[in-house]
Amino acid sequence: MGNPAQASQPGPVDFIAEQQSQEFRELRKSHRNFVFPVAIGFLAWYFAYVLLAAYAHDFMSIKVWGSLNIGLVMGLLQFVTTFGITTWYVSYANRKLDPQAAVIRARLETRIADDAAEKEEV
Amino acid sequence: MSLTSVLDTAAIHAAAPLSATLAEQTKENSWINILIFIGFVAVTMIVVFRASRNNNTAAEYYAAGRSFSGGQNGTAIAGDYLSAASFLGITGAIAVNGYDGFLYSIGFLVAWLVALLLVAELLRNTGKFTMADVLSFRLKQRPVRIAAATTTLVVCFFYLLAQMAGAGGLVSLLLGLDNSNKVGQNIVIAVVGVLMIVYVLIGGMKGTTWVQIIKAFLLIIGAAIMTIIVMAMHGFNLSTLMEAAVQTSINEGGAGQALLNPGAQYGKAPLDFISLALALVLGTAALPHVLMRFYTVPTAKEARKSVVWAIWLIGGFYIFTLVLGYGAGALIGKDAILAAPGGVNAAAPLLAFVVGGPVLLGFISAVAFATILAVVAGLTITAAASFAHDIYSNVIVKGEPKPEMEVKVARRTVIVIGLVAIGGGILANGQNIAFLVALAFAIAASANLPTILYSLFWKRFTTQGALWSMYGGLAAAIILIAFSPVVSGSEKAMIPGADFAWFPLANPGIVSIPLAFFLGWLGTVLDKNTEDPRIQAEMEVRSLTGVGAEKAVDH
Repeated sequence: MGNPAQASQPGPVDFIAEQQSQEFRELRKSHRNFVFPVAIGFLAWYFAYVLLAAYAHDFMSIKVWGSLNIGLVMGLLQFVTTFGITTWYVSYANRKLDPQAAVIRARLETRIADDAAEKEEV
Repeated sequence: MSLTSVLDTAAIHAAAPLSATLAEQTKENSWINILIFIGFVAVTMIVVFRASRNNNTAAEYYAAGRSFSGGQNGTAIAGDYLSAASFLGITGAIAVNGYDGFLYSIGFLVAWLVALLLVAELLRNTGKFTMADVLSFRLKQRPVRIAAATTTLVVCFFYLLAQMAGAGGLVSLLLGLDNSNKVGQNIVIAVVGVLMIVYVLIGGMKGTTWVQIIKAFLLIIGAAIMTIIVMAMHGFNLSTLMEAAVQTSINEGGAGQALLNPGAQYGKAPLDFISLALALVLGTAALPHVLMRFYTVPTAKEARKSVVWAIWLIGGFYIFTLVLGYGAGALIGKDAILAAPGGVNAAAPLLAFVVGGPVLLGFISAVAFATILAVVAGLTITAAASFAHDIYSNVIVKGEPKPEMEVKVARRTVIVIGLVAIGGGILANGQNIAFLVALAFAIAASANLPTILYSLFWKRFTTQGALWSMYGGLAAAIILIAFSPVVSGSEKAMIPGADFAWFPLANPGIVSIPLAFFLGWLGTVLDKNTEDPRIQAEMEVRSLTGVGAEKAVDH
């Protein structure tokens, strides 16, 4: 069984140089600039809701429509935001992340394949 | 117990109190439940046998040859995640405690965003079969693998125990066995265990995945049918349905209007609720059996699609449970639910009977039972893979097992885990399912999540940080549980006679999760050793680009 660390004996790809390349740094930036703020945002919104449900019973019990109160509406809004963030992330990943990742992956995989072919000739 | 006018609309000729009538009826019709359940087992067995060809390599056995599509895997994830605790537990909690039951489902759903944004794709790109693959990628292999395998086995054990403990109670309801008939229940627990061993032994990950897909499909269809009927009975108006639940509650002399407001269950213990909410939202993305499912698809993009499917299916299902919970509250009532065999877990099956008669009851019961089977199978293959791949292959024989040997070890482990599950299930029969599941989430969030996030996102993270965080988080969670009011100190505790509960909360999350994050940081900054920057670079480049990621197996 391959031990993943064994795969990283000096190979055809210099990962440190790759990690510092302009292309990769941009990909990492695009990824982190999306996932970190959004993760902080949805966690803050979730905990705001949890704290209200735990401590602000009177506020959550205010009726807004028929017997539906603020608590239920906010709970359903958690569903809506979860679905919304999911759709938003997928569209962002398809538009921004996948093309950038594909370029780097294609370049590195060609290099790995060339190296393997060379070794076979030797 | 008084009869309400609601009963007449539900077309039950009620000469006796409702719960007794329902229990009678359920008993008389238990052959339908058994028949439908046998049908499920027969169909899934055929599928498992057909899926079991080419099951000899590790990639086939643990990761189904990485050949599932995102949609298939997402459905299987939903099948894995919507356990009996989710379906029966949440419906029952809403029926009995109203709004506070709904809070559970929100935590369970929002948690998937952590998996989607921060974990799923990066994990798929860097790992092979288990969570430990990712955690030990750029750290010292042996100690980190042993730690990750330990936390995997502990989390799987508690989750497994919860499912098996639930099986006993569920059976008494579904097969018409009396609650006191422990021998009958234990036989059924053993049957569940043996069936599960057969599925996993023969079918491996591929067979297990198909069982979960079929089960998720049936469960969601069944819940959708019930939801539509309940909504139709209330003019497709959620507000009318909730008013009906309040009315039934008032007629019983129950909570009435308070059913719609937060506080019925956690009103006196808000901190307990916050602790639970933290464990739920951070636990999902660290559950080993969920993480392992991401290896069954060919690429990170399909892993992303899996999560998207899972989020829509799970979210939709939880909206159904909101309707079903209040529907059970309106059409059956809290007192009748609690008096039925199976107690609060009986809400969903009883509602199925009221709205759809014995056939729908049989269908829902068989699906609920199949749920336990499918979830237990998923947990077992995860635990077996972790033992065979992490402990046996990488630690005991140091990365050089004889070909085929790892899968052989995994298969033997399946049998051992199956037997442990049967024994544990019999011992834990009657324990609170929701508590055991929440415990598994709290342990996963404490022991696994900090190390997963640090190793994916923090360059400087070291082996010492990982070990402190994993063992520290695991120990903190378990110790706090042991000294919590759930284990001792009250009439309802697991050990009712004793009192050594110095920790006031039922869920340890609010202490153990931040502590594990802190220990991961502290262990790293105090570590005199640094890790190999080349491997860190490789892991980071691979995680984001998918270079060198494990490919699907060709046939």
